[in-house]
Amino acid sequence: MNKILLIIRREYLTRVKKRSFIVMTILGPLLMAGIVIVPIYIATTTNEVKQIGVIDETGLFHEKFKNSDNIRFHYLDTDIRSAKEVFGKSGDYALLYIPRTEVALPTNAILYAASQVNINVKSYIRNVMSKEIEDLKLEAQLRDLTSNKEASIQLDDLLRSIKTSVDISTIKIGADGQEEKSYTEVSMVLAIFGAILIYFFIFMFGSQVMRGVIEEKTSRIVEVIISSVKPFQLMMGKIVGVALVGLTQFGLWVVLTFIIVTAVTTSFSGKSSPEIPSRQLMEQTAPGFDPDQVIHAAPETSAGNDVNEVMAAINSIDFPVMIGSFLFFFLFGYLLYAALFAAIGGAVDSEADTQQFMLPLTAPLILAIVVAQFIVQEPEGPMAFWLSMIPLTSPVVMMIRIPFGVPYFQVALSMILLLLGFLGTTWIAAKIYRTGILLYGKKISYRELWKWLRH
Amino acid sequence: MDLFTASHITKQYAAHKALDDVSIAVPDGCIFGLLGPNGAGKTTLIRIINQIIAPDSGELLFQGRKLLSRDVEQIGYLPEERGLYKKMKVGEQALYLAQLKGLSRTEAEKRLTYWFSNFEIMNWWHRRVEELSKGMQQKVQFIVTVIHQPRLLIFDEPFSGFDPINVNLLKEEILNLKAAGSTIIFSTHNMASVEELCDHIALIDKARKLLDGNVKAIRKQYATNTFEVRYNSFDRELGSLLPGSYELLTAGTEDDLRVARIRLPQEAGPNELLALLMPHATIHSLHEIIPSMNDIFIRVVTEKKGAE
Repeated sequence: MNKILLIIRREYLTRVKKRSFIVMTILGPLLMAGIVIVPIYIATTTNEVKQIGVIDETGLFHEKFKNSDNIRFHYLDTDIRSAKEVFGKSGDYALLYIPRTEVALPTNAILYAASQVNINVKSYIRNVMSKEIEDLKLEAQLRDLTSNKEASIQLDDLLRSIKTSVDISTIKIGADGQEEKSYTEVSMVLAIFGAILIYFFIFMFGSQVMRGVIEEKTSRIVEVIISSVKPFQLMMGKIVGVALVGLTQFGLWVVLTFIIVTAVTTSFSGKSSPEIPSRQLMEQTAPGFDPDQVIHAAPETSAGNDVNEVMAAINSIDFPVMIGSFLFFFLFGYLLYAALFAAIGGAVDSEADTQQFMLPLTAPLILAIVVAQFIVQEPEGPMAFWLSMIPLTSPVVMMIRIPFGVPYFQVALSMILLLLGFLGTTWIAAKIYRTGILLYGKKISYRELWKWLRH
Repeated sequence: MDLFTASHITKQYAAHKALDDVSIAVPDGCIFGLLGPNGAGKTTLIRIINQIIAPDSGELLFQGRKLLSRDVEQIGYLPEERGLYKKMKVGEQALYLAQLKGLSRTEAEKRLTYWFSNFEIMNWWHRRVEELSKGMQQKVQFIVTVIHQPRLLIFDEPFSGFDPINVNLLKEEILNLKAAGSTIIFSTHNMASVEELCDHIALIDKARKLLDGNVKAIRKQYATNTFEVRYNSFDRELGSLLPGSYELLTAGTEDDLRVARIRLPQEAGPNELLALLMPHATIHSLHEIIPSMNDIFIRVVTEKKGAE
C-alpha cells in the first residue's frame, strides 16, 4: 500500500472518530437549519394581509385566485405598463402578470414586487396556476375520450400528459415603476454565504493541519515517521487527510441540513397553504371518473415546491460555474493555506509560539471578509478585481463576485493564479516544514525562516 | 564485509559545518559505536544514514551498492527525540508504524502479536499511549523500531530517558539482536556502555572524525605501557629501585598491600619490571593498565584542541 495513502487514512480516521467531530457534525446542521427555517417561520406567521394585483392576459385565471386569510387578490383591467407605473402608489404587495400565450396554455408568470416575495405567496400562486392548467388539460383529454369511444387510455399516460409545472419569476420594481436589477439579494446572500463558508473552512481545517503538525513535533514522533517516509509525504498526507475530513463534514452538513429543513418546512407549509379546490373541479368536469386517483398521483408537494422556489429565485445565476468554481476555490484555497499552516506548525514548538506567524497569514483572509460588504456593492470595481486575482484573497473574494456574474476569463485567470499560488506556498512550506520539524526548543525568527528558504 | 559505508560526508548548515569529510565503515553483524561530545555531528550523520536529510557531498553505500530510498525499509531507527501519538491506541499505532516500514497489515499484525506476547504487554493493545508509563512507552517504541526485522538498526542515545532496569533490558535486547544477525549503529556520549557493547567505534568531534576502528585494537593502541603492581614488604623505597627511564605514577596502600602504577620505557616489558622488583618484594599481582574508552576519548579530544 502506498505510504501516503496510509498517512491520509490515519489522519482521516483519527479525526472523524473524535467526539468533537461528531458533535460538530450534529450541531452544524441544526444551526444552519435554524438560519434557514426561522425566516420562513416568521414569514409564514405574519398576519399582515397582502394585496396582490392580477393582470391576466389569458383570461384563464379569472376569479381562480381565492382570497385566503392573509392574501387578497384583485384583478386589474389596465395593461401591464401602466399597472407597473402606479404599482408604487397602489400599496399592493405584489403585481402578478400572466402574459398572453398564442398556442399553448400559459406556463409562466411574472411577479413584480418592491421586495423579495414571500415564499408562501409564490407557492400558492404556482399551485393555483398549475392546478388550473392541469384541469384544463384534463378536460381536453376527457373530451377526446368521450368523443372517441374506441380509444382506451392509460391512467399513467394521462397523468403524465397533464402534469404541469409553472415558472414564476420575480422582478423587483422601484417606486417609480422602473425594474431593478433582479435577484441582487439572492446573489448577495449566496456571495456572502459562499465566502464565509470558504473562510471558515480554511481557518478551521487549516489550523487543524497546524495543530496536527505541532502534535507530531511535541510528541516527538515526527522523526520516527520521517525515517520511513519523506517529510513532504507526511505533510501532504496530513493536508489531504484533513481536507477529506472537512469535505466529509461539509457533505454531512449539507445532507443533514437539507433533511431537517425539508422536514420542518413540509410541516409548516402543510398547515398554511390554502386548500386548492381542484377535487371539486374534477368532479364537475369528469363525472364518473374517480378523482381520487388523479389527485393522489398529482406530484404537488409543498416541500418540492420550496426547493423549486429557491431554484427559481436563483435561476439567473450560472449554476455550473457557481458550483464548479465554489468547489475549486474551496479546495485550492484550503490547500494553499493548509500548506502554510503546516509550515508554521513545523517551525514552532508549541501552539503558544504560533502567534507571530499566524497574523501575517490570516491577515489577507480577514481582509477579504472585511471588504466583502464593499465588494458586493461594487463587484466589478478595481478592488474586487485585484483581490480576486491575488491567490491569498481570491478564494474568498472571487466567491463573492461570482454570483453577480464575472467574465469567464477572469475566473479562469484567477483559478490559474490560485493554482500557481498553491504550488508556490507548498514549495515554500515544504522547505520550512522539513527543516523545522527536526528542530526542538528553539525560537524561530523570520530571519531564520528566510535562511531555511534559501538553503 | 561492510554492511554500510559512508565516505567523505560533508554537511553544511547555514551558520556552521555539521560534518566535515567524515567517513565510516560499519562491518556486517557488529555493534558500531558512534561517539562524540554533544553537538559533534552524530545526529546529523545518523539522519543522513536514515535519508532524513541529504549530505552536501559524499557517498553512502548499503550492502555494497548505493543507498536507495527504499532501503529505509531495511533500517530501523530509534531517534534521540522519540515519542508516539499520545491519543492513539497502542496496537493501532504499532500497526500504522509497521505498515509505514513496508509490512503488510496481516504480517504486521502477526509480528506485533509475537512481540507483544513476548514482552507480556498484549493487554495494552487497546490502551491509549498516554495511559502508559514512560517505561512502557519505551518498550512499545522499541518494538516498532525492530518490527520489520531490519538489516541495520540505528539507536541514537538509546539509554537516555531509561531507568537503570530498562537500560539493562535494552542492552540485553541489543545483544540479542546482534546475535540474531542484525548490525547495529549506536550513538552515545556515555563511554561506559561503549566498552560493554561495541565492537567498533568512530569518534567524532566538531564535525570531524578523529578516530575509528576495532575497540580492542584502539585501546591497545592507546595503551601507554603502564602497569599496576601489588606487593608488600619493601626494604627500600620503590622510587630508588627504578631506573630513570621508569616513571612512578602513583603509589599507595590498599588492603595491607602496596599498590603502585609504573610507566615503563618503550623497550621494557612486564618481565623487566618483575626482575627489578622481585629481589625486594613479594609480588601479589601485576597487570597492564589499558586505557578506558573514556580516557581515550578525553585524550583524543584534548590533544586535538592542543593541536589547533
